[in-house]
Amino acid sequence: MKSPLMLRTIIGGIRTLRSRTKLMIPLAIVLTFIFIGFCLPLLISFDPRSWGKFPRNLPPSFEHPLGTTSVGQDVFWLLTYSIRGSLIVGFIGSIVGLLIGAVLGLVAGHKGGAVDRAVIFLTDVFLTLPFLPLLILITILIKGAANLYIVGLAIAFLTWAWPVRNIRSIILSLREREFINVAIFSGMGTAKIITTQYLPHVLPWMSASIVGRMITAIGYEVILAVFGLIPLDEATIGTMIYWALEYQALMRGLWWWFFPPIISVIVFCIALYFLSSQIIEHLDPRLRHLTTM
Amino acid sequence: MSVIRYIASRVLVYVATILIGVTIVFIIPRLTGTDPVVSILTKLTVYGEYYDPEVYEQMLNSLRELYGLKGSIMEQYVAFMRRLFIGDFGPSIIAFPTPAMDIVHDALPWTLGLLSMSLLISWILGNLVGGIAGYFSNSRWSSFLTVLMMSTYAIPYYITALLLVVLFTYLIPLFPLMGGAPIGVEPSLSMEYILDLVKHAFLPAMSIVLMFVGWWFISMRSMSIAVKSDDYVRYAELMNLPKRLIMWKYVVRNALLPQVTGLSIQLGLIFSGTLVSEVVFAYPGIGYILYQAVINNDFNLIMASTIYSIIAVATSVLIIDLIYPLVDPRIRYR
Repeated sequence: MKSPLMLRTIIGGIRTLRSRTKLMIPLAIVLTFIFIGFCLPLLISFDPRSWGKFPRNLPPSFEHPLGTTSVGQDVFWLLTYSIRGSLIVGFIGSIVGLLIGAVLGLVAGHKGGAVDRAVIFLTDVFLTLPFLPLLILITILIKGAANLYIVGLAIAFLTWAWPVRNIRSIILSLREREFINVAIFSGMGTAKIITTQYLPHVLPWMSASIVGRMITAIGYEVILAVFGLIPLDEATIGTMIYWALEYQALMRGLWWWFFPPIISVIVFCIALYFLSSQIIEHLDPRLRHLTTM
Repeated sequence: MSVIRYIASRVLVYVATILIGVTIVFIIPRLTGTDPVVSILTKLTVYGEYYDPEVYEQMLNSLRELYGLKGSIMEQYVAFMRRLFIGDFGPSIIAFPTPAMDIVHDALPWTLGLLSMSLLISWILGNLVGGIAGYFSNSRWSSFLTVLMMSTYAIPYYITALLLVVLFTYLIPLFPLMGGAPIGVEPSLSMEYILDLVKHAFLPAMSIVLMFVGWWFISMRSMSIAVKSDDYVRYAELMNLPKRLIMWKYVVRNALLPQVTGLSIQLGLIFSGTLVSEVVFAYPGIGYILYQAVINNDFNLIMASTIYSIIAVATSVLIIDLIYPLVDPRIRYR
């Protein structure tokens, strides 16, 4: 009698461990990137963005782990700065837009009626607007003053509509529940109901959404950089790709300049996507059908 | 009755989308405080090219009205709208003095053709495979496909397209990497010409399919997993109906409906992806025009292609939304 039970416990243990590793691997990769972006640059005393610091076109060696560029930058240290730059754009574009959308979705779902209709109407409009041409128009006009934060804000301004419908649908399903009625009849104000009653139920989805939205923001940063619309003396993944293309790095055999930014952005984005889907899976599997990007 | 209300609300969103989009385009230059007119004029004098005074005057006028700060904000808005209404964005700078409008007009069919073909392919492929994978969600190949599709979907659009370029220039130089049609050949309906068009569109289309097939797959898979556990499917299984019949007629068919709505929600993003892939493959659509315009600071052309993108996407979304009641009878009887 005892052994099958034990066997089952062991199998169950292995199962949880496996589902844990599914969460832990992407999480570890994402944390590694954050470490590379924000901690490693503290180790060096020079600015890896500046040109002509090192001999040009050196292949990877002990001294320069990823070689040097055609303008005399160390690829490895430039990459750390670039990851930081892309993370900044990603964080701001993701979080600010999500917060705007979350507030609108929460209020619309709770209030219903005319407020709800107005919010949904505006959301539909912003969902339909073609994102890239408008983003290009905004960044081209602020180009003189553009920095990574403003680019992030521009992305947030154009993507706030994506989470509204999802959050609203979560709220609509909660609204019929008893505890909301209790809160309303005990005289709680709208703001308090939203923050204390709804928010805890929406947070799992929001945390997955932050991660998912970062992929979009980082991807559009790359596109803007290729259009030459990010200040090109800044270091981001996008500007790094821009300069590598500009100097035809791959054509000239400088693969150590061309591939690191591309491989890092691919690995990072895939890790982010798996992390966001695993967050949903672990925190609230009922929300599995909702998108996070 | 409900159909009429549905159509009316969709048309209202359509009109509002275009109006708000155009208004944003109007406001942005005025908020950012840069004066494009000045920057364009300095750019022109730097090039030191000769322009016909009359055309120059005409361009100056269009610039002043499209971005200029003369008159009150309301007067500016009216002048701006009037220009949009007659479709006069002034001459383009990169192809001076061709009207910016004409360039966008030539580019639009390329974008719409590329977009609709690759959208259709990715939609059908993703939903078909996603539906089957959802029905057999416990099998090993289904979870393998899911991991694969999630990975391809997560890669940023530009990187997907760039990797295809690297792959097909260095490893397998099979397809033309630039343009949309052979140069110097008259367009015709001959087999040869069409084959050449397909050959030119193949790589850009493939990149767009790769960008978005994962999305349709993932959402279709989770949708059919949800439908699979519904009572009527269980009933069909208890009746011992053939598995194939259950999968197609009971599960996939019902899971498909939200995917049609998904089309209209995702279209704006897919349009952006199309523009990106046109830039990478130098495909002569709106995206490529926009890229050229940005590099050369051609404001009239940027403006014209942005406004046209807004109208094109909004119209396509409207069409999909109007088709939806035909697919989903529930809207008709609600």
